[in-house]
Amino acid sequence: MKRSVRAAILVGLCSSLALTAHADSPSPRERDDLNEKDRARVENVTRPATRFDKPERFERMSAGATTSTKLINANAFSHSSANLEFAELERFLLGNGLFRKDWVSSPSSTQASDGLGPLFNARACQSCHIKDGRGHAPAQPGDSAVSLLVRLSIAPSEAQKDAIADGRLPAAPDPVYGLQLQDHAVAGLDPEGRVDISYEELPVMLSDGETVTLRKPVLKIADPGYGPLREDLMISARVAPPMIGLGLLESVHEADILAWADPGDEDNDGISGRPARTRDIDGQWKLGRFGWKAIASSIEQQTADAFSGDMGLSTPAAPNHWGDCTQAQTGCLALPHGAQERLGAHEVPDDLFDLVTFYSSHLAVPVRRDVDNPAVLAGKKVFYDSGCAACHRPKYVTRRDVEDPALRFQLIWPYTDMLLHDMGTGLADGRSEGLADGFEWRTPPLWGIGLTATVNAEATFLHDGRARTLLEAVLWHGGEAQAARDRVVEMEMRDRDNLIRFLESL
Amino acid sequence: MKRRLLVGTAIATVAMISPAAAVEPQEVVSTYADIALATYEDSLETAKVLKEAVDKLVEAPSEETMAAAREAWLAARVPYQQSEAYRFGNAIVDEWEGRVNAWPLDEGLIDYVDASYGTESDANEFYTVNVIANDKVSAGGTEVDVSEITPEVIQSLHEAGGIEANVATGYHAIEFLLWGQDLNGTDAGAGARPYTDFDTENCTGDHCDRRAQYLQAAADLLIADLEEMVANWQTDGEARAEVTADPSAGLTAMLTGLGSLSYGELAGERMKLGLLLNDPEEEHDCFSDNTHNSHYYDLVGIRNVYFGSYERVDGSKVEGPSLADLVSESDAALADEVKAKLDTTLEAMTTLKSRAEGGEAYDQMIGQGNDEGNAVVQAAIDGLVDQTRSLERVIAALDLSGIELEGSDSLDNPDAVFE
Repeated sequence: MKRSVRAAILVGLCSSLALTAHADSPSPRERDDLNEKDRARVENVTRPATRFDKPERFERMSAGATTSTKLINANAFSHSSANLEFAELERFLLGNGLFRKDWVSSPSSTQASDGLGPLFNARACQSCHIKDGRGHAPAQPGDSAVSLLVRLSIAPSEAQKDAIADGRLPAAPDPVYGLQLQDHAVAGLDPEGRVDISYEELPVMLSDGETVTLRKPVLKIADPGYGPLREDLMISARVAPPMIGLGLLESVHEADILAWADPGDEDNDGISGRPARTRDIDGQWKLGRFGWKAIASSIEQQTADAFSGDMGLSTPAAPNHWGDCTQAQTGCLALPHGAQERLGAHEVPDDLFDLVTFYSSHLAVPVRRDVDNPAVLAGKKVFYDSGCAACHRPKYVTRRDVEDPALRFQLIWPYTDMLLHDMGTGLADGRSEGLADGFEWRTPPLWGIGLTATVNAEATFLHDGRARTLLEAVLWHGGEAQAARDRVVEMEMRDRDNLIRFLESL
Repeated sequence: MKRRLLVGTAIATVAMISPAAAVEPQEVVSTYADIALATYEDSLETAKVLKEAVDKLVEAPSEETMAAAREAWLAARVPYQQSEAYRFGNAIVDEWEGRVNAWPLDEGLIDYVDASYGTESDANEFYTVNVIANDKVSAGGTEVDVSEITPEVIQSLHEAGGIEANVATGYHAIEFLLWGQDLNGTDAGAGARPYTDFDTENCTGDHCDRRAQYLQAAADLLIADLEEMVANWQTDGEARAEVTADPSAGLTAMLTGLGSLSYGELAGERMKLGLLLNDPEEEHDCFSDNTHNSHYYDLVGIRNVYFGSYERVDGSKVEGPSLADLVSESDAALADEVKAKLDTTLEAMTTLKSRAEGGEAYDQMIGQGNDEGNAVVQAAIDGLVDQTRSLERVIAALDLSGIELEGSDSLDNPDAVFE
């Protein structure tokens, strides 16, 4: 609490020294935002840990000055960056109001918040990002799948291949069902179907004889509302990821990410790591950072895609009022939209969109717990020794020239390299998206992962929510992570327990 | 502290011509804690009166006992809303607040709702669970036994399924039970629940006994929660210790609370959002149409903290050395500025309150096309934003910005960050 006031003052002082970000600089190989002295400091402070007898300097504050030190409870992911000034806090809280707001179908008396659908997955952002945290897979057959959605595509035509390669299209949409299954629709319109997930049990024996039973999802679409599904339809389930720390991930310098890329595995460590590339809403080629396959380069893009695909709401960045309705869904296209001339050209007026984007950029990462606990430190050593840190890259210092002062030059500990990796057949969805193929996934950040259940007891891990525990999630790793995963299977139980203790402290 | 010492010496030697002794931060934070205690005590007392009125309503439902219970609820809101100035600066208050004042709520969790409310929400499995009409409720595979509605049971349903709108406890749950849904949109009128909803002889809305049980349980729980917060501010209370142990930290807590409530919470989430969306649901006390008072008394609470003076429900006063005194001492012009701005906001809030009392409820004021009403709300927002600018200057003037920066970034300071 003290911090926010203090930092507000600092922010005031810093803003006069602001530099402007150069959005158009073509993939710099070296950080261009730092002077010599800062470059040396950053290099020094982001070096991987070598000692595990005590915590590293600044380690507890996972997200630098933005870290929330508020009490740890179910609201742990819902606090604002701790260094916002009062005026920014207002924007954050307005964004919060919109994030949990139920949008309604058109026409309605509340013109500023109508335009839902016609096809949609959820009425509010918070429906999927439960308490700003992770969603979950349906626990049992028949349960609703709100915080999980299903992406659709078919084999692309030549023209579509070009569009995908050029970043204008994430995948080839199903001609009838589009790029995503919407399992809800406004009154009078049929939903596209129902997500049906069942599980097969998959036992894994650990070194000490203990067996962990994984559940392998079998994903189907039931009750298709617009005719039979194509034989060649590719489907992939996605659970909503937590919302914390996104603004900081966006503020990591591209050169820092590219420095870890090794697409040809030239260092021969079995881990390649490929940068995703995508065309941002401004038309520029940029590094993909967000989404399970890193198809969005900015929070703005990600937010616009979610408004459009998940709620059927148009924004400046995704201007189609009918969301994912296709030309074949004529009933959907015939329904009224919710844009009001008085409020702008889109269903989500520009000012409201900006507030949600701001909110999404400033959900704080909670302070770590037990950083100096011997079991946690031992687990951290296991994490490094097993090779987890090769992709779950511990730390960065964000750019000095970010537009938003609260996000500037923060030492952060997200545990991700933001690169695409082949994760093996067990996790493969067989569906490419953007430049990521059917085996590749972007390394998800691990910060806050230890509080997953504190925020939402039902939350589950991995892209389709198949893993019920952190250990299950680790055991699903394959492909480039197979060796690290095998080490975890083979290690002594105490080391494995410590590893989990470390993850729980994040 | 050096400065204080000098002043002390000066007083000793030239006592005859010296003005009043300097204000000590320690005294200011003591006043702050004293006013907190008095405000929460008054909240508790008025909640007890509310419980008595609720009991009478349940024993002998009538237009009169229903009206009396509503009056008691409105009276209970007066001290409670003033206590909101203690939010945001005090972790203990923040942790607790959601139990008593959570909002907005999906009322279908609690009781019957109008058909226009819909029967399902993609977001909320508990949307129309209706605890009052059922012995058991289940969602997401878990079943809760609600055959007897006790404080413990409703506590366990609070924020069910991780959905913040599942508000099962606190002032707004009670408000819904006393008023019912406001189905008037941005037209005139509050909720209109008939007293017969509690009349087991002549029951409307079904399950009158269980509705009465719920109401009484919620009122009991509110009392228990307020008792806990009163204890936190007593002489040996934890919240008092937090702000008095280190007066500079206490002052920072005070100003953080005032600024955050003014700007983000009240001007922003509670007022600006409703105006942006023109949505009657974006109204803080939406069932009772009491939002004008809840906003007004928030501001009164802000003034209490700043001026170090609180008028209790019984008319007596709790006062002492204040933040205003401290600011006057270090920068008299700034003190005048803050006072002028707080007064401007008070004027704007008074206009808003009078307009509501004159017949145009807050949800009508934020209605689309009501330019005059919109402007009244906007004026109050502007005042709140403007006063926060001055509060930021107070933080600078009292030199509170450096408190936590003094320590090095060594490991001795676990909250240190790389800069």
